[in-house]
Amino acid sequence: MDFLQAFFDQYGLLLAQGTWDTIIMTVVATLGAYVIGIPLGVALVLTNPDGLHPHRVINAVLGWIVNMGRSIPFVILLVVMIPVTRFMMGTALGVAGAMPPLIVAAAPFVARMVEQSIAEVDSGLVEAAQSFGASTWQIVTKVFLFESLPSLIRGFAITFITLFGYTAMAGVVGAGGLGDIAIRYGYQRYQTDVMIATLIILVILIQVVQSSCDFAARKIDKRK
Amino acid sequence: MIQIENLFKTYDAKQGGEPHAALKDINITIEDGEIFGIIGQSGAGKSTLVRCINLLERPTSGRIVIDGRDVTDLKGKDLLEYRSQVGMIFQNFSLFQQRTVLQNVMFPLELKKEDKSKARTRAMELLEMVGLGEKASKYPSQLSGGQQQRVAIARALVNNPSIMLCDEATSALDTLTTHSILSLLKSINQEMGVTLVIITHSLTVAELICDKIMVLDQGVTVEQGKTEDIFAHPESDVTRQLLEKRL
Repeated sequence: MDFLQAFFDQYGLLLAQGTWDTIIMTVVATLGAYVIGIPLGVALVLTNPDGLHPHRVINAVLGWIVNMGRSIPFVILLVVMIPVTRFMMGTALGVAGAMPPLIVAAAPFVARMVEQSIAEVDSGLVEAAQSFGASTWQIVTKVFLFESLPSLIRGFAITFITLFGYTAMAGVVGAGGLGDIAIRYGYQRYQTDVMIATLIILVILIQVVQSSCDFAARKIDKRK
Repeated sequence: MIQIENLFKTYDAKQGGEPHAALKDINITIEDGEIFGIIGQSGAGKSTLVRCINLLERPTSGRIVIDGRDVTDLKGKDLLEYRSQVGMIFQNFSLFQQRTVLQNVMFPLELKKEDKSKARTRAMELLEMVGLGEKASKYPSQLSGGQQQRVAIARALVNNPSIMLCDEATSALDTLTTHSILSLLKSINQEMGVTLVIITHSLTVAELICDKIMVLDQGVTVEQGKTEDIFAHPESDVTRQLLEKRL
């Protein structure tokens, strides 16, 4: 007990700050990724050869952008984007510096996730909505996104957790957060206790996110 | 009145293949208040034909005239407005799984941004009419197939259409349920004066409910006329084959 007391006296504030930074980075980056990723995913569905507004060129270009975004390893993206990040945020360091690369890395991922979720919607429902005179916008919001909501929430959990992992890598460029602490204290200073503490916090956070998303998805899904 | 004149529908050639002619020179006149059956085996072009009526499919050539108005080339808002005036039901019901029964029936009104409480009242009236008033707050997955099709019928009628298209509406249902849905459709036709266009591969369904039928085979009209005449004196082999299957 004394050991724990001493540990928290020394590192409690550091870990709390790190946890907070990680949560902020992940939440803001996830939201940012969805702001870009949802329209991108919807556009992929609409311009698909079998979609409502087939457009070979736009579809190919969007698909290419998404694939390119997804094929760059995040650690590399972090470094490559430093000038852009500095220009946008005024710094390439800290929580602010981690945002742009996190969003750029996650948006294509979200686009594919959204595309997948929408693909699960029965095409008969789209036809039915069309037969009642639904516009494309209405089909997107009231059929595509509304009917796939449980699946979108499950995708959200995956995105969120993936970004959790990315924030740890962002520690490499001094982004702050739990990953940064684990690297600096655990790896560079051989302080195993600090590293284990960060891991425990990460595991708990991820469990909480996954469980609450699962619960929400099950709660709102009316199919069964 | 629905007039279909010299309707052709040809699908573009898939890579390396020939263009596919789904419908060839179809001519139909459907009077107001009629129950008109389009009969044929799967692949005959029935679904394409009925989707040309509400322009879910664009005819390659020919005209669709509804009550004297040529709707073939409608676009944008006019097209959406026209579609909303034609009800449609489907083989697999196509109910929105994440919406309650009531919300499903209100859906076409929601699209038109109608006043919520008025829409609710109207939707409840129709649910009562199809005998499912007490299921309003249930979800489609909690209903039987027959009940789901009743909800779909209520939804198709919520805009007061003068025409309702039925795409194999009873094909996923058992015999008993089929009969109850057919009698509901018949009463809608008689009491509300809705013109019904029914697609089916089942001559039993055609015999039970249709005033007139046309037989479609590989995109071509084989014969059309009053149901009892065609049943008594089938002129084509295709019709005879379909009749034999029934027995």
